[in-house]
Amino acid sequence: MERYYQPEIECASREQIREIQNEKLKKQVQHVWDNVPYYRKKMEEKGVTPADIQSVDDLCKLPFLSKADLRDAYPYGLVGMPLKDCVRIQSTSGTTGKRVVAFYTQHDIDLWEDCCARAIVAAGGTDEDVCQVSYGYGLFTGGPGLNGGSHKVGCLTVPTSSGNTERQIMFIRDLNTTILCCTPSYAAYLAETMKEMGLSPEEIPLKAGIFGAEAWSEEMRQSIQDTLGIKAYDIYGLTELSGPGVAFECSAQSGMHVNEDHFIPEIIDPETGEVLPDGTQGELVFTSLDKEAFPLLRYRTRDVCVLTREKCSCGRTHVKMAKPKGRTDDMLIIRGVNVFPSQIETVLLNQGYPANYQIVVDRVNNSDTLDVLVEMTQEMFTDNLGEIANRQKALVEGLKSMLGIKAKVSLVAPKSITRSEGKAVRVIDKRKI
Amino acid sequence: MSVKQISVFLENKPGTLMGMTEVLSRNNVDMRALSLAETTDFGIARFIVSNVLETMTILKDAGYVSSLTPVLMVEIDDKPGALNRVLGMINEAKINVEYMYASLGSRSGKAFMIFRVQDYKAAQASLRGAGIQVLSQDDLQDL
Repeated sequence: MERYYQPEIECASREQIREIQNEKLKKQVQHVWDNVPYYRKKMEEKGVTPADIQSVDDLCKLPFLSKADLRDAYPYGLVGMPLKDCVRIQSTSGTTGKRVVAFYTQHDIDLWEDCCARAIVAAGGTDEDVCQVSYGYGLFTGGPGLNGGSHKVGCLTVPTSSGNTERQIMFIRDLNTTILCCTPSYAAYLAETMKEMGLSPEEIPLKAGIFGAEAWSEEMRQSIQDTLGIKAYDIYGLTELSGPGVAFECSAQSGMHVNEDHFIPEIIDPETGEVLPDGTQGELVFTSLDKEAFPLLRYRTRDVCVLTREKCSCGRTHVKMAKPKGRTDDMLIIRGVNVFPSQIETVLLNQGYPANYQIVVDRVNNSDTLDVLVEMTQEMFTDNLGEIANRQKALVEGLKSMLGIKAKVSLVAPKSITRSEGKAVRVIDKRKI
Repeated sequence: MSVKQISVFLENKPGTLMGMTEVLSRNNVDMRALSLAETTDFGIARFIVSNVLETMTILKDAGYVSSLTPVLMVEIDDKPGALNRVLGMINEAKINVEYMYASLGSRSGKAFMIFRVQDYKAAQASLRGAGIQVLSQDDLQDL
């Protein structure tokens, strides 16, 4: 039986959703026009006024906001409410450059936590569950967001934050944690550690995991699910829009429902800015519909993905976004070819290697080099040099057919690649261009 | 009965072999024979010890990836033609040698050859049939 946190919204008809969006969009554009001079100027430059925006169909008339705008306007330039009405800031993890600071009113926090609660209920969470939040707490949105959502659902919330793996596992076992929330790379590390401790999936009380904040492959999901004996759900979000919970996965595990009553997604061509039809891959753009303090319109996420509106078996009617293939800024251009770390991960996991890898890009004699460091495992090791070399060769060929360029594969000692407790550092780009 | 060889994965860079021998030395492990095989980026250290299980545990605790392989350990005379004679017999039995390495015996005038073959039981039978001494794991205690 599928359960919902807010069924009347999550399963509303498309017409109802459309109506909600039209209403909220008009109000939001007016709010931004009146209170955010930075964006008003952009609208004026484009010759658009709030009167031009009567429905979702008019969305494409509005100018885009980019990460560069957020940096320009730092810290208060995009704030839409007097600071006395704001109650919190959160900040990006800074994995891709300078930090961005986002503001919240109490209303904004409430709707954010509702979104996270929807995700937890979609993962099977009820007030009977013990929900361990192993995302970082603090400026990072992962911890506070899921913590708030967990409260709203009524789970017993265990705010371990990230790190201290031994203590994480102790709480999971002692408190019978049923739902784990963290980054997929940390989930993989916890799974690996518990496996090494000799714990079988039956001995691990977890039943579901809500993993997000970084790109991860379907193969990695499978591996985490098998080791922990759980169902692993993807969750998507970004600080600029609130945090995790902008979109979340349901029991179908085939894409994430965007909370369309709060955010309108669009897919655009990153080069031309033109809106692309459903089912086409492009850059994901979001318009927040009722954020008061940080009301971003047409914000370019730089995430590359696809939207689909096919009917979902879970009963939810909100549009689904595919797992982002990567961020346009995670994308590496190596010898002129676009390479996403997630593609490399797919090849590794398909060939039985663990998800512990590192990608090193360098430039030697004016030519890019791509080195993939992979840890040797007990399962892959044999006394036969030729056999190991053959597997290595198969990996090089697999990468070549996936990426279209040749990569060097180096087998390294177990545990020699640093484990991450938050977002994994997958790529080291040494090129100085 | 065969001898169990320990193989250890090592990265091919300065200090990794010493890192392993340091662990073994600290734990007083006595190697009877040792060989290294390498590619440009990694290598395999293969060696023979008498206390196999203990050594495997020591290596695992130190974070090494390792495996056990049955190999033939053959005692031969330390003189010209001795190896050739053994290889002749293995050849006659149509058994392929994947790799081999040597170690001097502790008894004077003797040497040991370690052979990795697919069918070590057949190779062992054929050598023993010709009166050549093939060691078992227990024999290592007395060396």
